[in-house]
Amino acid sequence: MILDSKIPEGPVAEKWDKHKFNVKLVNPANKRKYDIIVVGTGLAGASAAATLGELGYNVKAFCFQDSPRRAHSIAAQGGINAAKNYQNDGDSVYRLFYDTVKGGDYRSREANVYRLAQVSVNIIDQCVAQGVPFARDYGGLLANRSFGGAQVSRTFYARGQTGQQLLLGAYSALNRQVAYGKVKVFPRTEMLDLVMVDGKARGIVTRNLITGKIESHSAHAVILATGGYGNVFFLSTNAMGSNTTAAWRAYKKGALFANPCFTQIHPTCIPVSGEYQSKLTLMSESLRNDGRVWVPKTVEIAERLRKGEISVNDIGEADRDYFLERKYPAFGNLVPRDVASRNAKLACDEGRGVGSTGLAVYLDFADAIKRDGQAAIAAKYGNLFEMYAKITDENPYERPMRIYPAVHYTMGGLWVDYNLMTTIPGLYAAGECNFSDHGANRLGASALMQGLADGYFVIPYTIGDYLAKMPYDKVPTDHPAFREAEQAVIDKNNQLLSIQGTRTVDSFHKELGLIMWEHCGMARNEEGLRFAKQEIRRIREAFWSDVKVTGVGEELNQTLERANRVADFIELAELMVDDAQNRNESCGGHFREESQTPENEALRDDENYAYVAAWEFTGVGNEPRLHKEDLEFENVKLTQRSYK
Amino acid sequence: MAGSNPNAKPMNLTLKVWRQKNRDTAGQLVSYPVKNVSPDMSFLEMLDVLNDDLEIRNEEPIAFDHDCREGICGACSLFINGRAHGPERGTTTCQLHMRHFKDGDTITIEPWRAAAFPVHKDLVVDRSAFDRIQQAGGYISVNTGGVPDANEIPIPKTVADKAFDAATCIQCGACVAACKNASAMLFVSAKVSQLALLPQGKTERKTRVENMVAQMDIEGFGACTNTGACAAECPVGISLENINKLRREFIVAKATSENVA
Ligand SMILES: Cc1cc2nc3c(=O)[nH]c(=O)nc-3n(C[C@H](O)[C@H](O)[C@H](O)COP(=O)(O)OP(=O)(O)OC[C@H]3O[C@@H](n4cnc5c(N)ncnc54)[C@H](O)[C@@H]3O)c2cc1C
Ligand code: SF4
Ligand code: FES
Repeated sequence: MILDSKIPEGPVAEKWDKHKFNVKLVNPANKRKYDIIVVGTGLAGASAAATLGELGYNVKAFCFQDSPRRAHSIAAQGGINAAKNYQNDGDSVYRLFYDTVKGGDYRSREANVYRLAQVSVNIIDQCVAQGVPFARDYGGLLANRSFGGAQVSRTFYARGQTGQQLLLGAYSALNRQVAYGKVKVFPRTEMLDLVMVDGKARGIVTRNLITGKIESHSAHAVILATGGYGNVFFLSTNAMGSNTTAAWRAYKKGALFANPCFTQIHPTCIPVSGEYQSKLTLMSESLRNDGRVWVPKTVEIAERLRKGEISVNDIGEADRDYFLERKYPAFGNLVPRDVASRNAKLACDEGRGVGSTGLAVYLDFADAIKRDGQAAIAAKYGNLFEMYAKITDENPYERPMRIYPAVHYTMGGLWVDYNLMTTIPGLYAAGECNFSDHGANRLGASALMQGLADGYFVIPYTIGDYLAKMPYDKVPTDHPAFREAEQAVIDKNNQLLSIQGTRTVDSFHKELGLIMWEHCGMARNEEGLRFAKQEIRRIREAFWSDVKVTGVGEELNQTLERANRVADFIELAELMVDDAQNRNESCGGHFREESQTPENEALRDDENYAYVAAWEFTGVGNEPRLHKEDLEFENVKLTQRSYK
Repeated sequence: MAGSNPNAKPMNLTLKVWRQKNRDTAGQLVSYPVKNVSPDMSFLEMLDVLNDDLEIRNEEPIAFDHDCREGICGACSLFINGRAHGPERGTTTCQLHMRHFKDGDTITIEPWRAAAFPVHKDLVVDRSAFDRIQQAGGYISVNTGGVPDANEIPIPKTVADKAFDAATCIQCGACVAACKNASAMLFVSAKVSQLALLPQGKTERKTRVENMVAQMDIEGFGACTNTGACAAECPVGISLENINKLRREFIVAKATSENVA
């Protein structure tokens, strides 16, 4: 297989316009002859489904929640980037492009990133027209804030609920198309397989989560917008239902999976409080503008603190180690996410962590409160402080917050070309479920931008080029390919239900998560990865012989839903480990201990690893086949990141 | 099961949980003792632990809706001790922690009760009526592309902030569950107000309110008698002001109807 990224010729700034001119168009009267399936109704899926409906295609949209508006995008807090330069502070499409390529540690495709920066400005216009109530200043114009990895203010926001407001905008556009009869929404419906006919994606098999009914849906093209796979770690900031199943089953049908080991660990989350912990809550990155990160200077003090012999406010200045300020005087507490996370882990590994588990560091606002007053701090972060207090029962105005890194975002995903088509003709991937724009590290406020760019402005153009070459004929759902896929899904469910072992689905998920967190999390090394691979295989075998799934398939059965997802996570975990093992360099969120500078900073190896690693499925338990897409940098010069 | 707070004592509780096989069968409350509950657990984590035990004993776990567990997706929806989302104000079920209960407590857990929200199973209800009300008019008619620059129409900050407040509704349905008439007025009014406040939403404000209210009636929600129970239980503080606004919008729309269909 040869990976063809289909990047258009010409200077980077002209590629997208030229491409839009060169792609084939479907005549407006013929659009209604094509059916398109969109799996996922988050920012990427809802925006794509609505826009395709407006264009005249027949769209079917699927989500597993009870309403499309509950997709995980709803939870995004901080904001969305766009190169509007409303602040007149020197922003431009080129600068957003440059920041994103650099922030991704030079592991993304220039052409895609440039297009993303270009269409970012249209996104804000679109959302405002839909009635998204972005923050405004007193003159009535849109307000901006700044985010990590940028020196300009280009982040648009709606208090701490930007994802919610953007998704409600896309959901309303979707509803309008439902009213017009152009989009049909299938909530509480989970895609369990992709159906291919003559080598092309022609439909999906789903399970109705209320009745358990297995059904087929046929179309001329399929778009996956099913989000990220951070829940492979069990604990993450993702919603409980976020999963890899749709993408994974497409991978098993031949779509390549790119850079699976690129995961982002967010430094400021509320730490784990007990074994029952079901998910982790993010505390916005903006807190590091005013909070100071520290741990006790010595292990002894930390131990006394953990035992409750002393309290945090007993520790004097001389006994505190503000380790980020100490190690990175230039950036201090505002180093990028990966650097902040790794250093917190380091401090805890040394035995200097705080809280009863020792897996936390302090984020202290005492100085900021002294400087600006409590009211000013409350005005900036009031809702976050409240959320923290609700969860921990501690008052962050009086004692420092305890925070710890948590899995947050996955840069890896289905490999797509410039048109966002996977290696399966007619199968597209949009939003977090593709690998495209963030390289080895995503900048804050750029995921929302990418999801909406893909859905509103990229796929609606590029999919026409494919459909224009397709005949109108529909594949009936009694075609053998559908029948076979349905049977495979039914068999798999029956197998899960019939094992009747001794362990719960969650117990396997938790076990897998711990292995991944230890060995394929914030720091990775050859030995640990080798060990993890064996462990994952052991967990897979144990799962398929000892899992207990109660109930039956023909009804609402949440245990069966989870069992299917966890089965796929276990397989994906192995691929992540393979990818991490293959990439013997450190870049972005991927830190290989073998590849670091004498000061313990990440060391990239452009000579050997300036490529996208795209993996091909060869059977469960077999070694996957690696395909490389070499990355060429014609506009941005590669440099080592330094935040000293 | 001890949590981060070393002084927090584990509790023993009795849960009375609504169990119902599906839409067509009758349900009943079933008692479950739960032991060693850490006060730092969330309410849903407490149910997770109970469900683990049930599964191991080969009993069917309790079905309930949830996803984000951060108070934003609106999926969670438990009626706890007679209150939508439980005893804490301004809190969704998923944000409720066990420290608000005492050792020895009996806790009754039921689904939202409303004719327009039939029970699918146990604590899971069908809220698709809300989606249909939104589809009836909860949008501004713009296609992707071809819209003016975002800063072309300035919106006074006070107006934008008010629209935002109304826009924060998480579509959970607690307002309906809390209302003795099972009215959906608070939910519908939040969307109507948001869009009526913004200049972009003004063109369609009359047809929107008429169509959304008509759909609300078709779905079988009850009439609003101004008890205010909805706003008291709304986890995100959607205010009763919105209902007044909806009433005004509706009267004006009816008097000067543009609905030709
Ligand atoms: C707590 C938090 C805060 C964040 N804050 C920000 C921020 O401030 N700025 C920013 O840019 N990014 C932020 N992010 C990242 C960003 O929110 C996500 O990357 C983005 O929203 C993903 O959108 P999506 O459309 O790709 O997928 P999602 O929104 O995850 O949607 C996935 C959809 O797919 C459906 N689905 C999945 N599998 C199936 C299946 N098998 N069958 C049927 N349907 C399926 C789901 O039902 C859902 O509708 C944040 C993330 C988290 C976790
Ligand atoms: S108005 Fe409040 S209670 Fe009603 S659905 Fe919206 S958020 Fe829930
Ligand atoms: S689970 Fe999302 S609001 Fe409670």
